[in-house]
Amino acid sequence: MRYLLSRLGLYVVAGFLSITFNFFLPRFMPGDPAAALFGRFQGRLKPEALDALRHAFGFSDAPFLSQYFSYLKELFQGNLGVSVAYFPAPVSEVIMSGLGWTMLLAGVSVLIAFVLGTSLGVLLAWRRGSVWDTTLPPLLALLGAFPYFWTAMALLFFLGFQMGWFPLRHAHSAHLSPEFSASFAWDVWVHLALPAFTLVLTALGGWMLSMRNNMISVLGTDYITLARAKGLSEKRVMWAYAARNALLPNVTGLGMALGFVVSGALLTEIIFSYPGVGYLMLQAIRAQDYPLMQGLFLNITFAVLLANFLVDIAYQFLDPRTRSDG
Amino acid sequence: MNWLKQLTINRKSRFGLFCLAAMVLIALFGPLLVHDPLAYIAKPHEPPSTDHWFGTTGQGQDVLAQTVVGAGPTLWVAFIVSLISTLIGAGLGLLSGFARGRTDDLINLLINIFLVVPGLPLAVVIAAYLPAGPITIAAVLILTGWAWTARVIRAQTYTISEKDFVLAAKVVGEPSWRILWIEILPNMGSLLTSCFIGNTVYAIGAQVGLEFLGLGDISTVTWGTNLYWATNDSALLIGSWWTFVPTGLSVALTGFALTLLTFGVDEITNPGLAAESRWRRYLQTKGITPSTHTPVVRS
Repeated sequence: MRYLLSRLGLYVVAGFLSITFNFFLPRFMPGDPAAALFGRFQGRLKPEALDALRHAFGFSDAPFLSQYFSYLKELFQGNLGVSVAYFPAPVSEVIMSGLGWTMLLAGVSVLIAFVLGTSLGVLLAWRRGSVWDTTLPPLLALLGAFPYFWTAMALLFFLGFQMGWFPLRHAHSAHLSPEFSASFAWDVWVHLALPAFTLVLTALGGWMLSMRNNMISVLGTDYITLARAKGLSEKRVMWAYAARNALLPNVTGLGMALGFVVSGALLTEIIFSYPGVGYLMLQAIRAQDYPLMQGLFLNITFAVLLANFLVDIAYQFLDPRTRSDG
Repeated sequence: MNWLKQLTINRKSRFGLFCLAAMVLIALFGPLLVHDPLAYIAKPHEPPSTDHWFGTTGQGQDVLAQTVVGAGPTLWVAFIVSLISTLIGAGLGLLSGFARGRTDDLINLLINIFLVVPGLPLAVVIAAYLPAGPITIAAVLILTGWAWTARVIRAQTYTISEKDFVLAAKVVGEPSWRILWIEILPNMGSLLTSCFIGNTVYAIGAQVGLEFLGLGDISTVTWGTNLYWATNDSALLIGSWWTFVPTGLSVALTGFALTLLTFGVDEITNPGLAAESRWRRYLQTKGITPSTHTPVVRS
């Protein structure tokens, strides 16, 4: 419990600092902060609407501290201001439309890459020096050296445009509207396949290499020798004895890597015009839509913090040592 | 010097070093040999030909020239970013690991926060407010990139400060700066090197990513802006794969070369690993597949 609480404390502090940073960012920039934030609205917006926006970000003649508290108040009511790019939709509404797709894409690809990469790492460590063990790591290291979005471009071009095997853009066909049906689910899956494949391909090598290294050090320990000496089957020693302990550093790594994974997913979405938060971010950059950009920053950060906490909970189940109050 | 020599002996790091040297030479002298990368020299979207080896962009510019000229600023920014974030990370890590107590708690909290907050959205939101250009890019990459080094160096400082020779130095009454500088730091050479290499890989990838999003100065030629223009000129729709493939391959090759270099550094500084790979190679010359059991070789 103590472990979980200390992690939770970290996330609360990190979340709080992000919120505060979000408040100070436009105010630290040169010139009039409100003008920097809302410059693009000038002339497009009625003065009353502009006032509402100022209100959301706490801009007023009041002292700094009371500006900060009024900003916090609006924030906790879910008011992130109005989007420029998707005017007049509120930022929170725009973000909600994308968050689900990003969670789907990032979640599916992280899960596949982690499970597949970890299992491959176990097998490679077990068959050390085999053909697979000497060819696969450098090959995947090479694949991992490509920028996420570049791999996405190449795959989309060759498998999508040239071969026509995969849909070229969006998360589902335009003629289908979201509903709970097999045909819609299949359509979503088909659109998800290539972006997810891109992410898996790029991330696989990292998981595999670290698991292989963990396995190798675990395989050298006495309890493995004992397990072998007892005459346990290879499979049982490999998975139930060695892999179980070697997995722990990889799970810690999973928490660490989430930030990178999300960054990769954001860029990949842009290539595939996948309507997640990464795609929204590009629109925000293009339109200099600062309210949307800042809202995205906060939401993505909180999603990552939450995911990290879930990983911590999983870690508790895997490692009995963290469960004790020591 | 001994170090460099060993890096050239190890097969992996020799290849990495070779690729990297080639890339740096191209970045330094290549621009003298190619066209003006921004000049209009032929019809837009021309496929590769004998006149223009890598074809032309959507603006009718030479792709080869852009790839070659883009190397310089990209690698230079990556180098500076990596150097500064390694220095900051190492400084804070050493301080944190050596000071312990309150200072350590505070710095460690800072490190963990920067590790857990996703870097790209943070970098994007800051870069969008600042004037576009290499300085902005470098600043946000340093801000989002130092924490990993700090974490690794802090852990290592913890380990080393427990060693007898550090305890002895403390007993003798050496001042703290001397213990840090003379006793602890020299033991971190390899770790710092691999941190620096890792940071460079990160800096190249993240820089290209930010510029691809349009947060760089799009009037200059870098690897990132090349890719920005490629998508902006609808390279995928038109089918002009040659506008993004050379730049992407250059980025990947540089990253791969740096990764190989880390493998080499690891093997050199971890004698166990090196001995093992030598042993393995020796066994293979004898026609024995290395396994987890110790084979007996009669010579």
